[in-house]
Amino acid sequence: MLAYAVKRIGLGLLILVLVMIAMYAAVFLVPGDPATVALGPRATPELKRLLIERMGLDQPVWWQIIEFFRNALTGNLGYDVWSNRPVSTLVLEALPNTLILGLTALTVALLIGVPLGCLSVMRRGTAADAVIGVLSVGVIAVPSFVVAIYSLLLFAVTLRWLPAIGAGEAGDFVSQAKALVMPAAAIALGWIGYIARMVRASMMEVMGEPHIRTARSFGLPEWKIVSKYALRIAIIPTISLVAVGLGSILSSAVFVEAVFARPGIGKLITDAVNTRNYPVVMGTVLIMTAIYVSITIAADLLIARLDPRVRDVFRG
Amino acid sequence: MSGSLAASDLSVRYETPHGAVHALRHVDIEAHPGEVIGIVGESGCGKSTLVTALANLLPANARVDGSIRYNGVDLAKLDAHRQRLLRGDEIALVSQDPMTAFNPVLTIGDQLVDFQHHRKDLGRAQKRARIAAMLGRVGIADAERRMQSYPHELSGGMRQRVAIAAALLTDPGLLIADEPTTALDVTMEAQIIHLLRELRREYNGIIIVVSHHLGVIAELCDRVYVMYAGEVVEGGEVDAIFHDARHPYTQALLACDPARFHERLDRLPTIPGSLPNLTQPPSGCVYAPRCDRAFAPCAAIAPPLVKLAAAHVARCHAVTP
Amino acid sequence: MSSVADASLSVPDRQRFPLLRALLADPFTCVALILVTGFLVTAIFAPFLAPYSPVKIDVLHKLQPPSMEHWFGTDHLGRDLLSRVIYGARTALTIAMVSVAIAGAIGLLLGLIAGYGPRWLDAILVLSFDSLNSLPMIMFALAIITVLGAGTGTLIIVIAATSFPSYARLIRAQTLALKNSDYILAERLIDASAARIIFIHLLPNVVGPLIILLSMDIPVVIMVEAGLSFLGLGVRPPTPSWGSILYDGYTSIRSAPFMVIFGGLPLVLATLGFTFLGEGLRDYLDPRLQLRRPA
Repeated sequence: MLAYAVKRIGLGLLILVLVMIAMYAAVFLVPGDPATVALGPRATPELKRLLIERMGLDQPVWWQIIEFFRNALTGNLGYDVWSNRPVSTLVLEALPNTLILGLTALTVALLIGVPLGCLSVMRRGTAADAVIGVLSVGVIAVPSFVVAIYSLLLFAVTLRWLPAIGAGEAGDFVSQAKALVMPAAAIALGWIGYIARMVRASMMEVMGEPHIRTARSFGLPEWKIVSKYALRIAIIPTISLVAVGLGSILSSAVFVEAVFARPGIGKLITDAVNTRNYPVVMGTVLIMTAIYVSITIAADLLIARLDPRVRDVFRG
Repeated sequence: MSGSLAASDLSVRYETPHGAVHALRHVDIEAHPGEVIGIVGESGCGKSTLVTALANLLPANARVDGSIRYNGVDLAKLDAHRQRLLRGDEIALVSQDPMTAFNPVLTIGDQLVDFQHHRKDLGRAQKRARIAAMLGRVGIADAERRMQSYPHELSGGMRQRVAIAAALLTDPGLLIADEPTTALDVTMEAQIIHLLRELRREYNGIIIVVSHHLGVIAELCDRVYVMYAGEVVEGGEVDAIFHDARHPYTQALLACDPARFHERLDRLPTIPGSLPNLTQPPSGCVYAPRCDRAFAPCAAIAPPLVKLAAAHVARCHAVTP
Repeated sequence: MSSVADASLSVPDRQRFPLLRALLADPFTCVALILVTGFLVTAIFAPFLAPYSPVKIDVLHKLQPPSMEHWFGTDHLGRDLLSRVIYGARTALTIAMVSVAIAGAIGLLLGLIAGYGPRWLDAILVLSFDSLNSLPMIMFALAIITVLGAGTGTLIIVIAATSFPSYARLIRAQTLALKNSDYILAERLIDASAARIIFIHLLPNVVGPLIILLSMDIPVVIMVEAGLSFLGLGVRPPTPSWGSILYDGYTSIRSAPFMVIFGGLPLVLATLGFTFLGEGLRDYLDPRLQLRRPA
């Protein structure tokens, strides 16, 4: 188990390093220097020199890369080109909003999707199963930001039930919760369908196994067989996908965050991309990739814990 | 509590995309409390379908004709809920493969507690105490710790003991052991047979043992039904079947049992031919194509069940009382 | 099945179009097929179908609600919304097809090399596929856009770069499985050239699953294009895109709500159509392939 964990974490770190090297190399290889591009028509020689210095572009590219990692290890991810604020501060300010959004969406999706999947299995072959199946594919297909815009139009603009933009007043729980409803629902919708389908698919496989027949032969009620005997096994592949899903929810929340002008990672990086604010883009990408990779690793380790069979393989 | 079991004119067919498979045809069997009934036959003869039907666990594509009466009640006439309550309370099944019979992610104790769900009068602690006592009775040492184990942490023989314990915990009137020793090695097999023999002395319900292994049947059972291609071809007291078999199939089956040869043979005897296609069962005797005593009527007319002695019957044109 | 004549009549048809028949048998796949065909026709014949130029500005008639002249109304610059939506289909489908085709070609090539080439090369390629696959797609895309600048070309590069690793992995797995099959071993025994083995034997067998995967990714790509265009990081104005129509509508959502409705509807219908068609294809050709994640 420990060797496995070390190997997975090592690979994750390697991936992070490779990504950042690739990004620096790409910036270096693209024609035109980033400072000119970033400044656009405002470029004066003095401003340019200042910016080049501030971004460290006057150093050789390998030195820039080493500097970046040396600083990153001490928690310094560089400075915003325009406001000169530390990138780590900017990310730490934005991250909680995105984390809350992603976790809420995922929790809602699990709370609805898993029971729907179970219901599908208990009613397999019936109309209810078919309806859940088609709806699941349907909600997976609809882009979350379109759901976001439509719900904004309906619930905020027309009905005025919920606030249209922002993350709510700081310190006011009710206002924050209200601001969370629509973005979380927009993201959760597709995941409900995905989780329901995943649970159904892996559950159907488990329901064919002999131990389910044993449970039946002892007359256990169907709901108990589904929710305890089958779900315990069927949930394992779902958990890994959902955990990986959290990583991708956090980054694809970009679109939904833009719709609701929610001050999260999405807004931070979109603004930075639009203004060619390299340090902010690099720092945010590094942190989000690190979170994504660690969630994936954590999911694999969690699976190893959940399944006693796998657990013993690693122990032995 | 325990009553008699009688299946009469029981037929089961499976609807498949390739047509209906007539897995069981016109089967009559009966069993009384205190009896151990053996069901023997080669793979594909319908013995698993028979016990699955008795335990009411047939898959959704199965169609049943005829009746199964337990304690005078026709099981097919009960609603799904009552059928379910009967399983694991009156009727318990020890399934074929102990390796896969238990849920791999729940502990033995957890599953055995759940299996006693009929006993609303008992609390969790009482149920666990019963489990510990029962595990001890089937010969599992250190029962308390074994209850904390996951199935994969137990050996095959131990799991089969647990499976038997689980079945006994429910105090069933009908205990069905489907190939209880097939997945085990020879030593384990001997131990499980020994355990089942001990159990039958203290147990007063019906035990049905299904096996393709003649030795297991001979050691455990009072009466035997021999099945071939979905039909019962011969039935009777264990002595009558093993020493005075009348049906040509039973005779051939006994002749092929390697345990009965005392000297080494160059070739093991086999029954020539293969099982008939059960999507279109023959109109005459199912065994006729492989039978060395087949004559004119065998291929055309299905033989009746001929009564040879008080409890000895055979389905064959060539036998006479 | 009721009469012999019926059965004998239907046999030649069934043999001629087995895939089409299977797809039409399921009502949802059938509707999806109609939707997809509709969008393809719209995209191809956009110049004939659009009543106005999609880029002609007419500020005097801006933000007009749907009317007989402008069925979908006009946007904040007075451009005809229906025309922009029709041309938007062209943008969406072109980018989706081109980028998926490029990604598929790269994936096919690298997958074959990894599966058929030497061990050390396989190890390097697999490590790089896995590294790319373990990145959050949108973050990776935004990083590339920062470097290259927004635009149609960047969009295609971004989509191709983020999706080829999973195609390459699929092809590699298929190639490895086939490489050790009896008939390929037999070919090698008679000294068949690597080119012969790859083109005659491997390629036809690995292309099928790849096409299913590609078809299932088309709706994702349509969504990514629209999403990035919504953020102003996709196609450049004035090129019509469903995403930029949505953004224009979003900025005037209070005064002209019809814009987001008409901008979002084709996007939803297209992703639904392509998704259900992809599902139908997968169910028919290879039901074991994985389910798609939400966009």
